[in-house]
Amino acid sequence: MSAKVELKSRQDLGVTKKTLKQTTRDHISGYLYISPFFILFGIFGVFPIIFTAYISFHKWNILGAKEFIGFKNYQMLFTDPIFWKALGNTFSIWIISTLPQLFMALIFAFILNQAFLKGREFFRLAVFLPNITSVVAVAIIFGAIFGQQYGILNYLLSFFGIDPINWRASVIGTHVSIAAMVMWRWTGYNTIIYLAALQSIPKDLYEAATIDGASKAQQFFHITIPMIRPMIIFTVILSTIGGMQIFAEPLMFSGAGGGAIKQGLTMTLYLYEEAFTRNSFGYASAIAWVLFLIIVGFSLINLFITKRIKSAE
Amino acid sequence: MRDVGVKWYNPSRIITYLLLILMTFLSVFPFYWMFVIGSNDTSAINKFPPAMIPGTNFFVNAQKVFDNIEFFRAIMNSIVVSSLITLSVLFFCSIAGFAFAKLEFKFRNGLFVFLLATMMVPSQLGLIPSYMIISKLGWINSLNAVIVPAMVNAFGVFWMRQYISATIPNELMDAGRMDGASNFRLYWNVVLPPIRPALATLGLITFMNVWNDFLWPLVVLKDRSVHTIQIALRTLNGAYYQDFAMILAGTFMATLPILVVFLIFSKQFIAGLTEGSVK
Repeated sequence: MSAKVELKSRQDLGVTKKTLKQTTRDHISGYLYISPFFILFGIFGVFPIIFTAYISFHKWNILGAKEFIGFKNYQMLFTDPIFWKALGNTFSIWIISTLPQLFMALIFAFILNQAFLKGREFFRLAVFLPNITSVVAVAIIFGAIFGQQYGILNYLLSFFGIDPINWRASVIGTHVSIAAMVMWRWTGYNTIIYLAALQSIPKDLYEAATIDGASKAQQFFHITIPMIRPMIIFTVILSTIGGMQIFAEPLMFSGAGGGAIKQGLTMTLYLYEEAFTRNSFGYASAIAWVLFLIIVGFSLINLFITKRIKSAE
Repeated sequence: MRDVGVKWYNPSRIITYLLLILMTFLSVFPFYWMFVIGSNDTSAINKFPPAMIPGTNFFVNAQKVFDNIEFFRAIMNSIVVSSLITLSVLFFCSIAGFAFAKLEFKFRNGLFVFLLATMMVPSQLGLIPSYMIISKLGWINSLNAVIVPAMVNAFGVFWMRQYISATIPNELMDAGRMDGASNFRLYWNVVLPPIRPALATLGLITFMNVWNDFLWPLVVLKDRSVHTIQIALRTLNGAYYQDFAMILAGTFMATLPILVVFLIFSKQFIAGLTEGSVK
């Protein structure tokens, strides 16, 4: 009834039939154009997520029959020392790689944004270059750099009187090596993102601050940092998600199983081993879900902190 | 823009350039060293101090690589997979981005938020069921297993939507409609031409991501004949006896194509990346 009235009044206003048809056409094309994503995501996104949850309540290897066991996989997981080790390794590598990486990226971006700088294009290219290298290649190269006997790093350290370190054997050595791979590959990417954010800050903000007598340091903390904060948060979220999923580097550096004392075993590597080496799909699915919940948890914490910072202003 | 009265040898400038040179060195050195090892023979590497300049053994090492893995086959597989996914991503993401940016339909915003939320879902979560689907389809050891699930992605749709919203004025759309253009014509003739820079960037990002992808191909491509270059490299590295010179020669050859692609398009790539991130 009300729709009819509206229809009439629109016609009265001179809106022709053709525009009405236009909205229908927009609906049809709109849904049609976005459908490939939603169909594909349905098949390789939604269904697998639900099915992973379903499998995680079962004891199942690929050959045998499924057996419903409720939350047993999860109970086992939380009392599984190997899982805790994997969790600890993942967090350790994530922190060692992310904090220095973002800090350095911020400094590089700041330097690259100096007005007097010559050859900015070249340096931008240089800092970004590592990002195009594949994880596998990075892992191989850094495996060689961090080699115990022939590694170039140990050679450099020998100048300082430091005996060759067996990076692969120790927990901290492995974490540092893997973090170095992540840092090398991603510092440039974050630098470019920060640089873009810096360049988007209007110049007159600084000019006004200078007129008001604000020092360079004050300008940095009160103009620069607040203006690029959205980008900082973006990079933090991105490196968190990436860090929680780290897989290829530990697999290549420490080998299957994460090494003799599981020093390189990360959560995703553990998932992979359980699923595709030991065929315990149920247990691996439980790992996948816990991993997912951790990532969601992190993202929510990020969001929460962001909101609080915003409201504090 | 030169500040008046500041000399080039101003200490803070010298420090700036020194830091930048150090940064460049750290970026480039691993590439250089990869070639140094890849072009020496293995015994030269086992020396202490290690070799620091390129040797003459590169082709010998390369030959060993060809003996150990199907190198060119793997490169071809990578090219096929990366190109097909890139083309498909460009088409499906840009048309979906167009729909989200310029077409009015019910639940548009809700669906877009949903799409954004899917980016948070790690691919590992669905790894096992995806593997089962692929194996039901009979695609284990088929390049389809890698290509089909990657044909369109949330990031690409998001990216294109942002870019189209920011660059295509609604007046342009209206003008096209006055001329009686269908939505697809609008997409093809009005939207696509001005967004070419964004397409180029998304294309490069996609191509490189696919080229470098590891976990999923590792799970579904087991047979040597369908290995992508990354999986082939891993095979090379996983050999019982590690011949570092050979492994790094292989890594160098595998990195070279993507390095060349990047250097040719780098300007467009970095410009696009920074533009997209700020928009």
